[in-house]
Amino acid sequence: MKGVRFRDHQVVGDILELAARYCAEGADELVFYDITASPENRSVDRSWITRVARVLDIPFCVAGGIRTVADAEEVLNSGAEKISVNSPALADPGLVNALARRFGSQCVVVGIDSQTVGDGFEVYQFTGDPDRSCSTRRRTLDWVREVQDRGAGEIVLNCMASDGVRQGYDLRQLQAVRSICHVPLIASGGAGTMEHFATVFAEAGVDGALAASVFHGGAIAIPDLKTYLRARRVEIRP
Amino acid sequence: MTDVAIIANGGANIASLRFALDRLGVSSRLTADADDLRRAPRVILPGVGAAADAMERLHSLGLASVIPTLTQPVLGICLGMQLLFECSEEGDTECLGILPARVTRFPDRHGYPVPHMGWNQVVPRPDSALARGLGDDAYVYFVHSYAAPVGPWTDAVTDYGGEFSALVRHANFHGAQFHPERSSRAGQRILANFLALA
Repeated sequence: MKGVRFRDHQVVGDILELAARYCAEGADELVFYDITASPENRSVDRSWITRVARVLDIPFCVAGGIRTVADAEEVLNSGAEKISVNSPALADPGLVNALARRFGSQCVVVGIDSQTVGDGFEVYQFTGDPDRSCSTRRRTLDWVREVQDRGAGEIVLNCMASDGVRQGYDLRQLQAVRSICHVPLIASGGAGTMEHFATVFAEAGVDGALAASVFHGGAIAIPDLKTYLRARRVEIRP
Repeated sequence: MTDVAIIANGGANIASLRFALDRLGVSSRLTADADDLRRAPRVILPGVGAAADAMERLHSLGLASVIPTLTQPVLGICLGMQLLFECSEEGDTECLGILPARVTRFPDRHGYPVPHMGWNQVVPRPDSALARGLGDDAYVYFVHSYAAPVGPWTDAVTDYGGEFSALVRHANFHGAQFHPERSSRAGQRILANFLALA
């Protein structure tokens, strides 16, 4: 189970406190996600990464505004395990190859924002800004294949229509992607109840489930969720 | 005196290891100097990246012949553990030759994506020094595409579509395929056990 998405308008003190809390409660990974970094054409502020790395004893991933190998190197040297790229990979797919070559596939997560369009799925970009969010016209399954070929070591599929509405993960879309995805696949978008987590592991065969609002708002406590999932025979760290 | 010398073999992401040692109240520093390594009470060989690059770097630093002669407790982590073996399928690389086996790539198996990334249960041998006090339901964090087979050197196993060595040991040389510095309380216990070795 993955942790949490943060937006950087929260002050760092809050982030450190929340990070320590989620870590103590048993989150298996935290994703720090600056959704405004790409639309505003700026990078994440790196200074907090080291402060977070000092207190966390679980893996964490930094997403947002990583456009170059040098950006990624700075983030990894600050103490992050993984870097996640989304819009910059769409603009320059060769970035995925360059990152995988330099740091190894295990460091390189590709985030994909995707929606059902007609009877297929399309990749969206700049989804952090409602005014600029738009379809890339890329078919999601093609993009998933391509980034794997380029060296992505993990894919986080954010099913946009489900995101934030807590009606459950988009099982149909996740199943379609799972069938062609040979690297770890993380479901994102839609978690509202503990049952949603159990269902996405059982029916979409994902390797992890990411959620934010249900944890931030306190609707689901991580220890309760883990107890529930273990009772449902999902293999997960106690 | 520095408690732990971390071999500076050029991999990214030494920070999380150093922070984990800080949390245990242990001082550490990076070094690539042979005399420094010989004098250190503890040595850690980290490693993220490819086996061939890492061995090339150890050779160019003059450390490939030094590491096998160290007599204090040595801990290889992830790729650093794999380098303790005779050779690796990754880039068909000759390694340090402390442990007599070949590290191989995970086969493609349905339901077991490669790289293997995530938390898995680790099952220690009863006499494992590094796993002392770990309990029987310990999960640790793995990130790897290659793995060492189970053999006399195995101190703990993990099952990922088949068993592989999660902890290894030979004389003063120890290795962890997972990342103790990112494995929560279980990882902290394993690092503390390493630091407590006589």
